[in-house]
Amino acid sequence: MRTSGIIGGLIAALVIGGAAFAFAIVWRPALATIDPAARQSFDPEMVKRGRELAALGNCNDCHTLRGAKDFAGGLPVPTPFGTIFSTNITPDPETGIGRWSEEAFRRAMRTGVDREGHHLYPTFPYDHFTNVTDDDDRALYAFLMTREPVVAPARANELPFPLNQRVVVAGWKLLFLRPETYQPDSTKSVEWNRGAYLVEGLAHCGACHTPRNALGAERASASFAGGESDYWSAYAINAQSPAPVPWDAEALYFYLRNGWHPDHGTARGPMAQVVSNLSSVPASDVHAIATYMAGVFGPPAPERNREAVVARAKPDEGKTSQAHPEGAAIYAAACASCHESGRQPPYGGVNLALSTAVNAPDPRNLANIVLAGVRPVEGERSPIMPGFAASMNDTQVAALLNYLRSRFTSQPPWHDLEKTIEEARRTQTAFLQTSAGARSAPADPAQRDKP
Amino acid sequence: MMTLKVNGQDHQIDADPDTPLLYVLRDDLKLNAAKFGCGLGQCGACTVIVDGKAVFSCVTPLVLLEGKQVTTLEGLGSVAAPAPIQRAFMEEQAAQCGYCIAGMMMRAQALLQRNSKPTDDEVRAELAPHLCRCGTHMRILRAVHRAARLMDTAELTPERKGSAQ
Repeated sequence: MRTSGIIGGLIAALVIGGAAFAFAIVWRPALATIDPAARQSFDPEMVKRGRELAALGNCNDCHTLRGAKDFAGGLPVPTPFGTIFSTNITPDPETGIGRWSEEAFRRAMRTGVDREGHHLYPTFPYDHFTNVTDDDDRALYAFLMTREPVVAPARANELPFPLNQRVVVAGWKLLFLRPETYQPDSTKSVEWNRGAYLVEGLAHCGACHTPRNALGAERASASFAGGESDYWSAYAINAQSPAPVPWDAEALYFYLRNGWHPDHGTARGPMAQVVSNLSSVPASDVHAIATYMAGVFGPPAPERNREAVVARAKPDEGKTSQAHPEGAAIYAAACASCHESGRQPPYGGVNLALSTAVNAPDPRNLANIVLAGVRPVEGERSPIMPGFAASMNDTQVAALLNYLRSRFTSQPPWHDLEKTIEEARRTQTAFLQTSAGARSAPADPAQRDKP
Repeated sequence: MMTLKVNGQDHQIDADPDTPLLYVLRDDLKLNAAKFGCGLGQCGACTVIVDGKAVFSCVTPLVLLEGKQVTTLEGLGSVAAPAPIQRAFMEEQAAQCGYCIAGMMMRAQALLQRNSKPTDDEVRAELAPHLCRCGTHMRILRAVHRAARLMDTAELTPERKGSAQ
């Protein structure tokens, strides 16, 4: 019976080893609570730096609910697995992170584990935040710990079993979390490296712009090939970009800083919040992001130049309007008065031949913006567009979208438009009620009071 | 030539399909309650009700209105027999120059038709697309709540129920 003894021993070793392994993966200790530190104990310079970093990280977009207190959480984040609610990251000792030490905060950023040792769902993009340096984590911690504490208990996530068991997340991390993988590239410029550090880390651009696999992890092989966020399509921002005029570093800087660009149009949906935040950070960081991303987009194809694109938007010669009479009439009456006014963006509508939304493979963003419009930013001059949800039915929106696609692009027609429009009508209503702050970008961020 | 249903009546309209509804209401039908403010769907002065929803008539072309019911302020009530929303605005003296008020009343009417007891926050959110430069906002808010009570207590003149299609 020696063989069976050996097998038995092996099985026992495997079971014990497996259990120990599983325990090592799953179990994380609780870290000691601290008494909330006095605000004055943080260096004001560091708090200011933390404020800029928090803007770069777009923290308020998820952690602030529309009309509610800053960073108090509660935003529903729809995922294919269920709805996850963002949490309170104000220094409230009971419902926020007031009792978290800096070490606990850093551990959450780096490995997605809360102070008590629970695994956090990767809606919190620690797969990117793992690349944030100790210094930056310290500044972020100082900034958050000096915010107004808000009593706001976390809302329970709406996830089915077994996904509602946080141990599952430990397995996800084993498969997809690559801690602290970002490495500077010494062959590239300092600015490029700064951009890479921000884009791959704190700014977590890929969280929306990279497609995800069946388990909700970013597909490393399809970096920046386009994803989604809050029922908006996040365009491909690599060589597959659907923008009619290719992006370069200069255009990217202008757009990210101002929220619009004459060759591309206006940021809206979740991107409006991003550029609103980027208008308040050091210009050098936005330049760095633009430099790095210009490399990701790659060199522009020569045939895609502005002149060729604009030529498509010459007055309709009649062929397209004959094919789409209803859409043409809607465009002429409801759209052209701004989009062909001759006023420059952001006060006149962008020439729709230049619009990424009209050229993109997914009609969702165009449906969203036609229905919901672009709301003005309170107290500032900003781009505007009325929404047409109340005046157009789904068939009419579809007629308009078909006309725009056919008149302004050389792309194939969209399919299932009415389904997309029906969904956009439903989801935009919800999105507008919950998402944070600015619905669009300021026309001139310099108007804003300095923080 | 198209048929446009306004305040319960059919009108034969001879205009291009891309003509904004506001122009037809004011120029052809002489219904002057809806005002031209910005022409961009941003100020709310031109608001009317189409199939129960408040829309900006300055950016709503005729082509979108085939088979739909348009209601303007004139369709709610008259000076002699004001609708509850009109009575409420008069009783609260909510108008100063009055340019924005017709639009405000129409959106408030649409709100009250689907939500008879809106909270103050709901009224504020609903009326956010409307600009008033005189600054009678607080009176306007009170007028909307008063209209809700008027409708609720059935203090209506029998021939005017003040309900828009």
